Amino acid sequence: MILHNSPTLLEVRDLHASINGTPILKGLNLTIRRGEVHAIMGPNGSGKSTLSKVLAGHSAYEITAGEVLFEGANLLALSPEERARAGVFLAFQYPIEIPGVGNSQFLRLAYNTVQGTRGKEELDPLEFDDLVREKMKLLEMRPEFLERSVNEGFSGGEKKRNEILQMALLEPRLAILDETDSGLDIDALRVISHGINQLASADNALLLITHYQRLLNYIVPDYVHVMEAGRITRTGDKELALELEARGYDGTPSSAAPIPRAEALP
Amino acid sequence: MSSTLQDLVSQPYRHGFVTDIASDVAAKGLSEDTVRMISAKKNEPAWLLEFRLKALRHWFTLTEPEWATVKYPKIDFQAISYYAAPKRKAKLASMDDVDPELLRTFEKLGVPLHERAALAGVAVDVIFDSVSVATTYKAKLAEVGIIFGSMSDAVQNHPELVKKYLGTVVPVADNYYAALNSAVFTDGSFCYIPKGVKCPMELSTYFRINTEETGQFERTLIIAEEGASVSYLEGCTAPKFDTNQLHAAVVELVALDNADIKYSTVQNWYSGDENGLGGIYNFVTKRGLAKGVNSRISWTQVETGSAITWKYPSCILQGDNSVGEFYSVAVTNHHQQADTGTKMIHLGKNTRSTIVSKGISAGQSSNTYRGLVKVMPTAANARSHSQCDSMLIGQKSGAHTFPYIQVRNDSATVEHEASTSRIGEDQLFYFAQRGIGAEEAISMIINGFCKDVFRQLPMEFAVEATQLLGLKLEGSIG
Repeated sequence: MILHNSPTLLEVRDLHASINGTPILKGLNLTIRRGEVHAIMGPNGSGKSTLSKVLAGHSAYEITAGEVLFEGANLLALSPEERARAGVFLAFQYPIEIPGVGNSQFLRLAYNTVQGTRGKEELDPLEFDDLVREKMKLLEMRPEFLERSVNEGFSGGEKKRNEILQMALLEPRLAILDETDSGLDIDALRVISHGINQLASADNALLLITHYQRLLNYIVPDYVHVMEAGRITRTGDKELALELEARGYDGTPSSAAPIPRAEALP
Repeated sequence: MSSTLQDLVSQPYRHGFVTDIASDVAAKGLSEDTVRMISAKKNEPAWLLEFRLKALRHWFTLTEPEWATVKYPKIDFQAISYYAAPKRKAKLASMDDVDPELLRTFEKLGVPLHERAALAGVAVDVIFDSVSVATTYKAKLAEVGIIFGSMSDAVQNHPELVKKYLGTVVPVADNYYAALNSAVFTDGSFCYIPKGVKCPMELSTYFRINTEETGQFERTLIIAEEGASVSYLEGCTAPKFDTNQLHAAVVELVALDNADIKYSTVQNWYSGDENGLGGIYNFVTKRGLAKGVNSRISWTQVETGSAITWKYPSCILQGDNSVGEFYSVAVTNHHQQADTGTKMIHLGKNTRSTIVSKGISAGQSSNTYRGLVKVMPTAANARSHSQCDSMLIGQKSGAHTFPYIQVRNDSATVEHEASTSRIGEDQLFYFAQRGIGAEEAISMIINGFCKDVFRQLPMEFAVEATQLLGLKLEGSIG
């Protein structure tokens, strides 16, 4: 939701980043205020996932110019774990498998670490079990998830649910969801979207990265940005996503758009 | 490898200090005179001197084995001193009589001996260099007829038992280092559990090499009579030195009918600095004989130290229905080299063996699992299962698995599984994105990887093992 006089949460100014010497982000600007839902769409290779990893602090990317302020402070000066503790959350496009590490153990360590740095109470295993089971209901997850190793052998949909479960536990200020809808069937998409909507509030903000308009039927964005060649080239409201779906990123009608009848042609 | 990951696996050794206790050190060199001197100093019976001389004469005919996947400069065995004993000779009546300097050493190691013994109910036989300095709980154990003390004491007080079993599991001519040990061993632990007795507490020994350039040649013998059972713990740390120290121990276990011996080791000797300078050479022969029917020998080891580890705790499954187990975690970092594994020799009918090996290599280290499962024609219906997993940290470390399987009985079932994985930047980034720093992440991954072995350790040792791995790989835990 767009709120008047809502404080700025994230400010990206003229950001340039490269990987192995290849520039990916080339002067990206983006401002996100509390309470807002932003969606970034764009063709493959436009730098959407790079943006999410750069914001989270992945060491493979080099920032060559520009700045990123998170709640007014220099985000780029923080380590990845400091960013996470400050409230930046990334739901991974491809969540990582960690064999041998129990999911509940992992979730509790993450929860307690973040709670601890926020000066809040840490939970013992029994208290945490109550909390995590409550959060799992939101995502219609079965308790067996807690017994398994982190993401190991999870289906694509299960991994995505586990990501949103972590978001529910860590209560981030800014949640970046990198193609959270990819690989989900309609039922899973509905459940996960519902969960995400429940977590959205006037205090936090969402940045959705997606290829497809269909996610935006469930999570309605305040702003839709088009990213091309490492920059945001257009910004609009949710209508822009519908237009992109119909006409493609280059403005020509896609095959999915209705084909004009012959007599309507000039 | 990123700088953080590199930093984390490069923590300095924390137990590096030398205790200032005057030592009685023999002149360097090895000859029949050296052996006679050791035997005389220890006031040994003639048969033991003969045992030593026989071993030495055989050793002179051998050459150092070179088949292991380890590299090191040639050892000059004549440049080593073969005997060192703290000068205090009088027998100590209680812990209060122990040299306070020694007690401070244990404090530094985080092992307050008296507290540990009292709180944990563990009897600790302290090996300080090569001579036992103090033994606790001896009286309590004696009530149930258990003999637990130094090998030197056993030679004096129970020569018939020592003579009956010494060298029966690891013969003097078994291998190069076993022959050397048989010739020059100075002390070690001796444990005898009489028929039908379940040892009421964990038996524990802390080893510590203290005198620079003094080879350590412990000799340990554990005998469990019919229906007896015992759990024995061995833990090691060593001070920091620049010259390599040779360690060639021999451990023999004998389990008679329905007896059960569990032997657990946590080894954290100085492994050399980050450039590969210094560190202990650890060439150990450990073997258990499951001699009686339904007997069981179980080895659990957590190997984190030493510049070179050459060690294959083995089981000879002679009795029908006997069981052999080997649970191992071996961690190598920097330039450490470990070539470790087990041998399971199936002789009796319905014998079973289980091997679980977890190798972790970081830095530029090399970690090799080498194991033999041998089923002899007499071993009808033998079963063996091996699980060998390797984990690599960073890009420069190496892992090797050499499983040797020889089956000479058609009714046997032998299985071997192996896997290799790597702690990658992506895993650490995933942890970091959830607020968890690299140290804790590595610790969590490693402990998850090792949990099948750790759960075999007695409780207080499991905690210590977790801490040692933390110390080894990131330095934050404990």
